[in-house]
Amino acid sequence: MSSIRNFTLNFGPQHPSAHGVLRLIVELDGEVVQRCDPHIGLLHRATEKLAETKPYNQSIGYMDRLDYVSMMCNEHGYVLAIEKLLGVTPPIRAQYIRVMFDEITRILNHLLWLGAHALDLGAMALFLYCFREREDLLDCYEAVSGARMHATYYRPGGVYRDLPNKMPQYEASEWHNKSDVTRLNRAREGSLLDFIEDFSKRFPALVDEYETLLTDNRIWKQRTVGIGVVTPARALQLGFTGPMLRGSGIEWDLRKKQPYAVYDKLDFDIPIGINGDCYDRYLVRMEELRQSNRIITQCVEWLKKNPGPVAIDNHKIVAPKREEMKGNMESLIHHFKLFSEGYCVPEGESYAAVEHPKGEFGVYLISDGANKPYRVKIRPAGFSHLAALDEMCRGHMLADLVAVLSSQDIVFGEIDR
Amino acid sequence: MDTIMNLLWIALKILAIVLPLTISVAYLTLAERKVIAYMHSRIGPNRVGFLGLLQPFADVLKLLLKEMVIPSQSNRYLFLAAPVLVLAPALAAWAVIPFSKGLVLANINAGLLYIFMMSSLSVYGVLIAGWASNSKYAMLGALRAAAQTVSYEIAMGFAFVGVLLAAGSMNLQTIVLAQSGNILHWYFLPLLPLFFVYWISGVAETNRHPFDMVEGESEIVAGFHVEYAGAGFALFFLAEYANMILISAVASLLFLGGWLSPFEGIPLLENVFAFVPGLVWFVLKMGFFLFLYIWLRATFPRYRYDQVMRLGWKVLIPITLIWIVVVSFAVKFNIGPWFNQAGV
Repeated sequence: MSSIRNFTLNFGPQHPSAHGVLRLIVELDGEVVQRCDPHIGLLHRATEKLAETKPYNQSIGYMDRLDYVSMMCNEHGYVLAIEKLLGVTPPIRAQYIRVMFDEITRILNHLLWLGAHALDLGAMALFLYCFREREDLLDCYEAVSGARMHATYYRPGGVYRDLPNKMPQYEASEWHNKSDVTRLNRAREGSLLDFIEDFSKRFPALVDEYETLLTDNRIWKQRTVGIGVVTPARALQLGFTGPMLRGSGIEWDLRKKQPYAVYDKLDFDIPIGINGDCYDRYLVRMEELRQSNRIITQCVEWLKKNPGPVAIDNHKIVAPKREEMKGNMESLIHHFKLFSEGYCVPEGESYAAVEHPKGEFGVYLISDGANKPYRVKIRPAGFSHLAALDEMCRGHMLADLVAVLSSQDIVFGEIDR
Repeated sequence: MDTIMNLLWIALKILAIVLPLTISVAYLTLAERKVIAYMHSRIGPNRVGFLGLLQPFADVLKLLLKEMVIPSQSNRYLFLAAPVLVLAPALAAWAVIPFSKGLVLANINAGLLYIFMMSSLSVYGVLIAGWASNSKYAMLGALRAAAQTVSYEIAMGFAFVGVLLAAGSMNLQTIVLAQSGNILHWYFLPLLPLFFVYWISGVAETNRHPFDMVEGESEIVAGFHVEYAGAGFALFFLAEYANMILISAVASLLFLGGWLSPFEGIPLLENVFAFVPGLVWFVLKMGFFLFLYIWLRATFPRYRYDQVMRLGWKVLIPITLIWIVVVSFAVKFNIGPWFNQAGV
């Protein structure tokens, strides 16, 4: 007698909702998922190995490319680990700038997540609305670093440069007529901080707008409530961090529990969920958008009042100013040494973790005293989330698999490294 | 000689329906892209021709020039037959649609039944396409299509029964004429629940958002037509949009008084708008429904497969059953202003 076998489906790596290059081997009984086996490694770029072959500063750019939707947060983790070994603390203004950009990055990440999550569940409009707002934030990235995505802006000992006093403006062209240009430039008349302030004033109303489309929508709730439930105890066992853990109802946030930079001086709340399903994770992230906006507002206020240096004065670690380098022999030597040999980091090991938009992003460094790290280990947030995918979607339908996967906020850059 | 002339005359009439239909499908795709674009705060296609007006032709040309890929493990004949089987009923159903008084290809008495039959037939094409592709995603799409169409057919059928009871005829012209009087005589008022049920099942029947799990882009990629490229895909596309227009046309015939003017029976306005031909009103009403299609697609998340089934069986069918009883009583006791005219 022949036995009935389950239907095995190869999901990805080329699939509209595989979030990059995830390959799942899904075993289906009808449409019900019996088992799903994630195959990873298709985006492996050997970041950790590459970092061993380069002076410390030259790997900052690689960190951007790990989780390529929350670039500066990755840099922050790496830079903190180096600073720990070097024993330096960046100036307070630099710390505020880092926190502000960390939160801008969090909004960037959550907006992309929201758009992609909604798109996976079939709500197309959100995706475009989110990208409209992301555009403004990416302009902030560009204004400060010159690059829209891979900024390479943080440095051990501070940040690359101070915030610009002028925002770049649009010019009339074939695509933008005069009135368009005036409208687009309205918020760009002042400095970067004015632009961010304008954004943070607009943003809460925009989040409300997104919520009107989803939060109380019956179809949305039917698709997310009770899907992919993780109990608080299980979430801890599985090594969840970030919104995944908070969605299950555990109040854990490195910004509060192990404050780094200036998070202990700022006023913000940590939202948590109750049921640990996709809907709660959605609500948690929506509230985080508002809280990040609150932090940005406070940072902008402080930064406007307190000018100062944005990097330490130790030219063994931070490059001297360009004018100095042209006229001063010592600065020229520092400059040359920094950009060829780099700096040597005292022997030892350190682990620094930041509250990345997706969870705990940690960098573990071992230095043998050379100008290159002996070993770099990156702890990505998404890896342990993806490992729980099988457990989370067993017994759900194929369409729920997509919902669970996108509610984990998976990015393959950091999982495959 | 007469028979030949007759056949030629019919062929000409068919051409007069199919050609404008194909062109409206082309422009419906453009309208959809444009309307959704503006709802999403972007611009949509505006490069090909003036304001992008030639975009549909560019798309068609591209699709027709593409290679038709036939998967090596597929059932070749069924694979090629499936798009035709989907398209043919979608076009054939138009034979009984009256565009205005007397303006119809085949004025048959079982018009409603004929449309119902034709719209059900297209699921065979979908099933065959899914099976013949020999692809797991296509197979899942075909299975979903079969289940969905069967359940929504029932709700739609019951909605038709309500109209049938109210008008006392299955001839579409008679149904429209039974709604004459003024805008309050249109059947969307006495049959309001059936109107909604019909519209929802119509959207589900055409596999459009939010019931498009047959295609389910983010789950099963493109469902039954995942293996089709070029002309085969174009035919599926054509059929889907022709079906959308058909459902909109039937909705306006059954519930919004077809070609009747909305100002009928209103003393002054009736004369002001008397010059407008019925066809214009009919097209406007269809346009309204088509806009609804697009609006739904731009806004809603997608249902899950079992939720679609639940909505069909546990919500829509009971509503229709109850309302058929209500309508029967209303007709029996000649409740006005809809059912108290002579001859109905």
